[in-house]
Amino acid sequence: MSRLSSTDTPEETADVAEAAVDNARSDLLTHLAAQLGDGLVESHLAPDDDLWIRVTREAWVDAGDYLKTGLGFQYFNFLSAIDWMPSPFGRDMDSQVDIELGHDEASEIDSSLEHGVTGGETRFQVFARVNDIVNGLGVTLKVDVPDDDLTLASWTGVFAGADWHERECWEMYGISFDGHPGLRHIYLPSGFEGNPLRKDYPLLARRLKPWPGIVDVEQMPGDDDESGDAS
Amino acid sequence: MIAAITDPWWAQTTLRVVGGLAAVLLVAGTLVYLHLFKLVSFMQSRLGPMEAGPFGSLQLLAEVGKFIQKEDIFPRKADRFVFAAAPFVVLMSTFLLVVVVPGGPDAWFVDSEIGIYLGMAVSSVSVIGILMAGWGSASKYSLLGGLRATGQLIAYELPLILAVLGVVIQAETMNMQGIVLAQAEGEIFGWGVIGNPYILTQGVAFLIFMVAMQAELTQTPFDMPIAESELVTGYMTEYSGMRFLLFFIGEFATAGVFSAIAAVLFLGGWYIPGIDPADNIMNVLGPIVLITKIVVLTFVVFWVRFTFPRFREDQLQKLAWKVLIPIALANIVVTGVLKVAF
Amino acid sequence: MTAISDREQLAYIAAQAADARVNVELETEGMTLNIGPQHPATHGTLRIVAKLDGEQVIAVDPIMGYMHRGYEKLAEVRTYPQVTTLINRIDWVGSFANEVPFILAAEKLMEVEAPPRAQWIRTILFEMSRIANISLFLGDMGLQVGAVTPAFFAFRDREHVLNQIEAATGGRFHPNFDRIGGLKDDLPAGWITETKRAMKKMRNFCDEIEGLLQGNEIFEARTRGIGVIPADVGLSYGLSGANIRASGVDWDTRRDNPGGLVHNELDWKVWTHVDGDSFARFWVRLQEVRESTKMVDQLLDGLPGGPIMAKVPRIIKVPAGEAYVETENPLGVMGYYVVSKGDLVPYRVKIRSASFNNISITPWLLKGVYVPDIITILGSLYFILGDIDR
Repeated sequence: MSRLSSTDTPEETADVAEAAVDNARSDLLTHLAAQLGDGLVESHLAPDDDLWIRVTREAWVDAGDYLKTGLGFQYFNFLSAIDWMPSPFGRDMDSQVDIELGHDEASEIDSSLEHGVTGGETRFQVFARVNDIVNGLGVTLKVDVPDDDLTLASWTGVFAGADWHERECWEMYGISFDGHPGLRHIYLPSGFEGNPLRKDYPLLARRLKPWPGIVDVEQMPGDDDESGDAS
Repeated sequence: MIAAITDPWWAQTTLRVVGGLAAVLLVAGTLVYLHLFKLVSFMQSRLGPMEAGPFGSLQLLAEVGKFIQKEDIFPRKADRFVFAAAPFVVLMSTFLLVVVVPGGPDAWFVDSEIGIYLGMAVSSVSVIGILMAGWGSASKYSLLGGLRATGQLIAYELPLILAVLGVVIQAETMNMQGIVLAQAEGEIFGWGVIGNPYILTQGVAFLIFMVAMQAELTQTPFDMPIAESELVTGYMTEYSGMRFLLFFIGEFATAGVFSAIAAVLFLGGWYIPGIDPADNIMNVLGPIVLITKIVVLTFVVFWVRFTFPRFREDQLQKLAWKVLIPIALANIVVTGVLKVAF
Repeated sequence: MTAISDREQLAYIAAQAADARVNVELETEGMTLNIGPQHPATHGTLRIVAKLDGEQVIAVDPIMGYMHRGYEKLAEVRTYPQVTTLINRIDWVGSFANEVPFILAAEKLMEVEAPPRAQWIRTILFEMSRIANISLFLGDMGLQVGAVTPAFFAFRDREHVLNQIEAATGGRFHPNFDRIGGLKDDLPAGWITETKRAMKKMRNFCDEIEGLLQGNEIFEARTRGIGVIPADVGLSYGLSGANIRASGVDWDTRRDNPGGLVHNELDWKVWTHVDGDSFARFWVRLQEVRESTKMVDQLLDGLPGGPIMAKVPRIIKVPAGEAYVETENPLGVMGYYVVSKGDLVPYRVKIRSASFNNISITPWLLKGVYVPDIITILGSLYFILGDIDR
């Protein structure tokens, strides 16, 4: 209760704390840059919030290893991928309501790659996150995986927990991991073809039945003309 | 049953079979309703069955009707004969066990000189039935359950018998009637108003008997063979319909019969202090007294069953071999020495 | 085999043959036991293929996906407010907690902050879903080791909390109550006193469970020293929540990185245990429920007034950017990595669910244990299938 009642938290200390965290993150970035050299392609630091780095394919395992052993980022959070090629189906059978609400028809399907934080060159990017739980820091690592060679070195040797995440990534994006002990399907049946999370994989449910369809609530006997606005 | 003695053999046999069935099924039904349906429900803050009959008292009949209507499924790879026969073997052991329990001075099925020995012998027949069920089902869960059951039942047979030995030494007879009468006539330091129910002098043996009995009945904390959270229901996994019901009856009837034996051995059986044990009225009062004691003892069994978690297989064996058997042996030695001394 | 030269290969074959000769009498064949997908102990449809030697486990292979619903794909074609309906169903016994990190991530991208009252009510419901979730675990843990009664007690007392969640949100299991910029509604009248009563009942429930299970010798024998996870292994597998705190790692996102929730204004304690075994995980969770009930009491006492919605546009378009927000959910750390391209719908939502990481340690952890311990360990790791499969 004591902490609850003390509403007069001094403003200055908050600022100092913020600066300290900033320092922590920028220090971290300096260390990473020093260790990885050319391996570190780009970075993005959101003050008092988060840190992103993009590394080359060759430096992927080294970066993970250095973060774990050198910088105390022992906690493996997750690993996944992004497909930066916008879906060829556009928004894939949007409901009329959504289109009216704000999706301007003019925005034609634009197949140019437009990357997020820390940029990138390729269609697929693998990203992973590790945490330093002692200092409460987290780093998101990204790496470009070229289209013609969708392979990446496996992190399983560094973080044991990467095993299942890489299996999921392989299954959902078709990115294979060198050195992984067994890339098998994890969620989908073993004979499944296709990589469902790629943007060019159609969402069949939407193809079969437009979203959300006609408002399929049966009309109640009492209300006649209000069926139009399904609020 | 006194009339039966003068009747021809077929009439005697019929009477005994009917009496035995009644003794097993009525008692088992009462126990299931009273303990499993109601008492446990109250312990778990729920009501239990309330719809069938007053306070759900006919629920058991409804359950039996349900089980009889169900299809009798055989797994495709099952050993059909063994699979089909297993529940009957288990149930047979229960029915053979009940014949040694006396209900009054003349109300008995078999008045054998080696009564308790016979009882202990036939009670272990159920192991064979359980192993048959486990093997015959052609299911891995059943097999694991059957093997666990066998290991466990054999391990706990020993403390059970050793606990009984103390009583036999003190009563100087293996006859069940003789044990009841020995308790009725017994005295504790010259004070013989209530006789000497052996729970007072064989308290250790009684505790061991109850623990071993819990294990013999495969009730929690010793329900590894059934262990529904790991082996589904162990050796009963593949059974359905009537055959499952037979296992179910066997489980609860055996609880009743073992409690009856415990009541005879340790709680004075059918005897009521102050009434002459040879009095004819005891043939009526005796069974009532015995059933009351059965209900009390099975209450303990079910209370424990629904309160405790279960042991792991190795811990269970450890308890039998390293704790119960040495204590039981020590109890026999002490009993023997005291018997000779006094 | 190409890597092995002829000579090595010969030696290898000879050694194998010698082994086979020695063990010809004692050789036992391993057995493969298929636990699940329909099995009483798998909380849904996790399937575990265990190779056994007798009752000892040689190797396990967990197989999931029987309930994979593809939420990451589905989220890409739903507007931000519609996504919360989906993610409610990830961890279905603590649903409200699922919504919170996603809403916080969206708010972070939009640079919106919920008004204080909304933040406090969010924290209350967040902690209440923790209580509803973990109380189920406390009962279930008994069930896993064979004690039936705690499960009934858990379902009985969990009802008090669910009733309160229902009273506030209208949904017992899937509230869908959190909105970008605040909450759907304010609390109903009389809710605060009723909730305090429910919290008191939950504390009694904890005492009851403590008496029933924690002090029980058989329960201790079944859980102590079973499934020990060293801290460094737990970290590299990404375990979180009570599973990692039971290994002595003092890490709780609620305290270390509270984000949009108000845990830092409360007086509470992060419980850890040094043993890292099944008992420790049980014990830590039990303390967490107690701690949560205290938190809810404090939150109810200090509930500030004011609006419950910030000013947000009616049609929510989230500016382009990427944000990762994680919160300490009942099952462990749950995070959403949201990539937006400034559209009505998210471009990519990576759902980092706690159980997926928590259960990924099982092939390592279950090696060499006995069949009954599989159940104890899985029970103590505590997963919800929806949280693994997503």
